[in-house]
Amino acid sequence: MAKKNISGNEAVANALRQINPDVMAAFPITPSTEIPQYFSKFVSDGKVTTEFIPVESEHSSMSATIGAEAAGARAVTATSSCGLAYMWEPLTLAASNRLPCALMLVCRALSGPININCDHSDAMAARDTGWIQIFSENNQEAYDNAVMAFRISEHKDVRLPIMICQDGFITSHAVGVMEMLSDQEVKDFVGEYEPEHYLLNENEPMALGPYAISPYYMEARRAQEQAMENAKQVILDVSREFAEMSGRSYGLFEEYALEDADAAIVLIGSAAGTAKDAVDEMREKGLKVGLLKIRVFRPFPADEIAKALKNVKVIGLMDRSESFSTQGGPLISEVSAALFKNRVQAQAVNYMYGLGGRDITVEMFEEIFEELLAVSEGKDPIVKESGRAYRYIGLRE
Amino acid sequence: MAYNFKEIMNKPERLAPGHRMCAGCGGTIAVRNVLRALKEEDHAVIANATGCLEVSTFMYPYTAWEDSYIHNAFENAGASLSGVETAYHVLKKKGKIDSTYKFIAFGGDGGTYDIGFQSLSGAMERGHDLVYVCYDNGAYMNTGTQRSSATPMYADTTTTPVGKVSAGKPQYRKDLAAIIAEHNVPYVAQTTFVKNFRDLHEKAEKAIYTEGPAFLNIMAPCPRGWRYDSSDIMEICRLGVETCYWPLFEVIDGRWILNYEPKNKLPIEDFLRTQGRFKHLFKPENEHLIAEFQAEVDRRFEELKFRCSR
Repeated sequence: MAKKNISGNEAVANALRQINPDVMAAFPITPSTEIPQYFSKFVSDGKVTTEFIPVESEHSSMSATIGAEAAGARAVTATSSCGLAYMWEPLTLAASNRLPCALMLVCRALSGPININCDHSDAMAARDTGWIQIFSENNQEAYDNAVMAFRISEHKDVRLPIMICQDGFITSHAVGVMEMLSDQEVKDFVGEYEPEHYLLNENEPMALGPYAISPYYMEARRAQEQAMENAKQVILDVSREFAEMSGRSYGLFEEYALEDADAAIVLIGSAAGTAKDAVDEMREKGLKVGLLKIRVFRPFPADEIAKALKNVKVIGLMDRSESFSTQGGPLISEVSAALFKNRVQAQAVNYMYGLGGRDITVEMFEEIFEELLAVSEGKDPIVKESGRAYRYIGLRE
Repeated sequence: MAYNFKEIMNKPERLAPGHRMCAGCGGTIAVRNVLRALKEEDHAVIANATGCLEVSTFMYPYTAWEDSYIHNAFENAGASLSGVETAYHVLKKKGKIDSTYKFIAFGGDGGTYDIGFQSLSGAMERGHDLVYVCYDNGAYMNTGTQRSSATPMYADTTTTPVGKVSAGKPQYRKDLAAIIAEHNVPYVAQTTFVKNFRDLHEKAEKAIYTEGPAFLNIMAPCPRGWRYDSSDIMEICRLGVETCYWPLFEVIDGRWILNYEPKNKLPIEDFLRTQGRFKHLFKPENEHLIAEFQAEVDRRFEELKFRCSR
């Protein structure tokens, strides 16, 4: 294992170099562009045996990835924002055709106004496409999740495509120290791809992508849903095996000072690092605050999250993506549903933050925790005063 | 290889009977005859844009395709097959595949001229070793005869219906074969069903066995959309060629070749009259529209002859 001082994009590109997939098809879009750029250099320098397809759009990068994966190859792509939106239709086909390809997503706001900075509106808009979605807090996690990707997606109980998400610029471009596994370790961990059915099987032709009428369609969807259910255990198993090799443990989510917390926030991605600093500072003052950082959003670990939050008095649910339901974003809806289903009676306060790269600071998290603690003591939160279902953090007046 | 009609027609079918395409469908005729150009010992992967062909040949749990087949979406047959073809090269290099595979995409004019145009252009430009076959029936037939950029001028379609103030589609058709030829790919050809299918067969064989990207544009009449008796298909195709509405040509490494020039070019009415979609043109007050149509056919044929004379 070697310490490296690199960005999230370089970390993921190196994970892909070590995986040495058969095919990569990609189209540049900020802030994910560096991943195919680094990778193209690996191809040019003979550091991988991958064939790189420089497609003319993201729609074609996903379509070619599907074609390559269906043919029997291990295939990968990378994108951000509008690129992911443009490939939305083939995303659903990768999943419904049960093709375990991978997509390295660098999260960026969807237009408009056009904005190149981080939020989760791209990933969240694709949450119902049938892809496994794993989010990363920093370059180390982005790398580790990328190394684990194919072990999860290709598992015979799963066979679903996987999206490894990191935050645009904050993670993708910020350079930080991380530990890289050796090439051999990754090669051994990931292993060879041995598909059971594929187009280029000389002994058995295969037809993929049928028209299915009502008597068959629903069963196909149910089978797909079962695969997603199975993915949960496979993610845990692969993560455990990864921990044995690397010493770095991952679950479906991370609990940080959560056990005895009166107030906790739930969020996804890089903001967790900032939130942890706020938790540390407030814990030093004796305030019982904590954090739950979701790692796996698809499959959604609803019961596990509810269980982890069952003793928390007030929960701050924080979304980095608008859904325009007027009730908050996807994280807020899904965690709320999980709490309700599991009869967790905690009070929830909902927040929207960080859209289009708007900064969120340690001080802002401290204010949020103070607000949550006030609610836990029966005081009215600002949200109630404003008459709104949720509050925007850091909004200019 | 000399063309032996009997031998070719006796090759095993690679699109099996039992599919649900209409009787007399030009698309099916195009596919079966293109596939006959494959050497029997060669494997193939077929990609298919969404359309009649796809929904009628691969209804779960049955497939009519003897070869491996992938339908992805409407607009991405070119890109999907790019991925398959690239995977083949990688797996072959790794020693995971011994056999020879050929890669053929089929799309209607909707999936090819229009919604799939970008994906096709990208695949052609990148130089994948594949053949894209357009079975051009000149409208979106799977959804019920809406106009496409391949629809001929003045055709009555469901989105260019003939009415009090409309004589059908106002624009002439896009010349896709020429556009693909401008991609400087090694082989482009236009053909249809004439005589003993020698023209189609030889072009399909060249397209499949020329290294690099190739494009075949096949006029494939649709009895429902064009409104003719299904037994008339061969006569309609013959008239398409004899009126120079659908010239037979190929472009080999940038060299344009006119494969057939009628000794007595027939008037365009002879082609138009066979089809219900042009019925309104034969009202006395619409005579000038036929003259316009004829002028455009003449202009395009002269342009083609000029290209082929260089």
